[in-house]
Amino acid sequence: MSEALTATTFAADKAAEPPASSVSEPAAVRWLLTGIAIAFLALFLVLPLVTIFVQAFAKGWQTYLATFDEPDAWSAIRLTLTVAAIAVPFNLVFGIMAAWSIAKFEFWGKSLLVTLIDLPFSVSPVVSGLIYVLLFSSQGVFGTFFPEHGMQVLFALPGIVLATIFVTFPFVARELIPLMQEQGTTEEEAALTLGATGLHAFLTVTLPNIRWGLLYSVLLCNARAMGEFGAVSVVSGHIRGLTNTVPLHVEILYNEYNFVAAFAVASLLAGLALVTLVIKSALEWRYSGELAAGTRH
Amino acid sequence: MVQTSRPKRRFRRPSVIPGFGLTFGYTLTCLSLVVLLPLAALVAKASGIGLTGIVETATDPRVASALRISFGVSLVAALTASVFGFLVAWVLTRYRFPGRKLVDAVVDLPFALPTAVAGIALASLYAPNGLVGAQLARLGIQAAYTPVGIFIAMVFIGLPFAVRTVQPLIAEIDKEVEEASATLGATRLTTLTKVVLPPLIPAVLTGFAMAFARGVGEYGSIIFIAGNLPYVSEIAPLLIVIKLSEFDYGGASAIATIMLGISFLTLLTINLIQAWSRRRFGYV
Repeated sequence: MSEALTATTFAADKAAEPPASSVSEPAAVRWLLTGIAIAFLALFLVLPLVTIFVQAFAKGWQTYLATFDEPDAWSAIRLTLTVAAIAVPFNLVFGIMAAWSIAKFEFWGKSLLVTLIDLPFSVSPVVSGLIYVLLFSSQGVFGTFFPEHGMQVLFALPGIVLATIFVTFPFVARELIPLMQEQGTTEEEAALTLGATGLHAFLTVTLPNIRWGLLYSVLLCNARAMGEFGAVSVVSGHIRGLTNTVPLHVEILYNEYNFVAAFAVASLLAGLALVTLVIKSALEWRYSGELAAGTRH
Repeated sequence: MVQTSRPKRRFRRPSVIPGFGLTFGYTLTCLSLVVLLPLAALVAKASGIGLTGIVETATDPRVASALRISFGVSLVAALTASVFGFLVAWVLTRYRFPGRKLVDAVVDLPFALPTAVAGIALASLYAPNGLVGAQLARLGIQAAYTPVGIFIAMVFIGLPFAVRTVQPLIAEIDKEVEEASATLGATRLTTLTKVVLPPLIPAVLTGFAMAFARGVGEYGSIIFIAGNLPYVSEIAPLLIVIKLSEFDYGGASAIATIMLGISFLTLLTINLIQAWSRRRFGYV
């Protein structure tokens, strides 16, 4: 717009007005910077993504599909789905509970509580696995309790689930807390005044208000739960066909120099990542007002 | 939300909203069982080893070299990610070009792509016979199986942090301030360096600290490209895994404690930057 304006103004006015280059960079600089940014993203982010699919189909469809004929691949997929089916609902319920208590009430020590919930984000995945090994290994605090009661935690499903819950712990709470704080308590108070019970107010007033934020955070939580590698790698024990999740199966195939199979299985996870990104972006464009602003993910 | 000035006697301010006891209790229970108890196990293990034991582990040549590589390379990678992250954030918020929304969505790829998948993709790209690796080899740079490979993986995973922390703040800049600066005779470069940039510095630092912390702890996307040669391209998280596979839980805990300690310092720094920013500029 400013170009159109300056073009029609008189020379005398032009002197008084700042030149267009003073409120934005010159066109050449703009194009140069845009070019550098896009080239950088293409090289560092897009190229690796494309590589996955190129390598997966390097020997054609037949070989690609043959990868999934293997029982180990299926047991890995089944395990990953099972783990996500437990970890994600757990963190969903936790996230809602935490957000309700933190966003709707004022109490002492609140910011400490939020910091502690955030803690798993700043812990290395390997350390996240390590702490469960320390807890449940034979020398650990619970080392003898669970095996005595017929339950293997480490190098079995419970350990993998626990480590996954840990690394995805903050996802839902992180999105819902600022969102519900922004929305305040007036709508719930109105519902209560009109005779609703607490649960009724939550289901009919709060839940519709946070539904897009909820979907958004569950989506990201799920992507991380299905893709977690470091933490799960430490607690899984790598028992083929039993405790290998999809990312761990990718690692094994890759280390066996079975590159086509490794990339074929990896392409499933890359596909999941792409679907996650598409839905995430769609939610951001369509419902940006109903998502927490300035979240990290 | 006005706080009363008299000393608080209650733990919680009274409210008509129900469910505090249930939700707060549930939150605390989950937090304790999932996060605090396991971390306490690490603290207990570390205090069992004692400070001398931790120092002893840290000064072991192989551990010291792994820590140096993890922190050193992560520092350089976070710097790179911050510079390019700022550029990407600036281009995405300030300029209009076809496909801008697509490019914006691509930035989050490292958040969504599982680290092991990113790891094998980067390894095959930067291997000496890979698409990019072959070109780099012609320039005499070997990326895979050297710290250069670790650097590439760390830039990959750190970039979204650098972009997403500055982006909302660039969007919030009041353009009238820039116009005022230009009207008063400043060149565009002066306006950028004297008016636009200073309020963005805290956000850039926060993004840098987050990318740094993430890079130090990163495991999955690095181990495939790094080659994991002791003293050359072995990172600290991998050494924890190695110690664990040797059932050396003490050694693994000592390295983990050192890494956690530095992560906490980084977290503290981020909080201090934000507190300073709030005082200085009125926002985070």
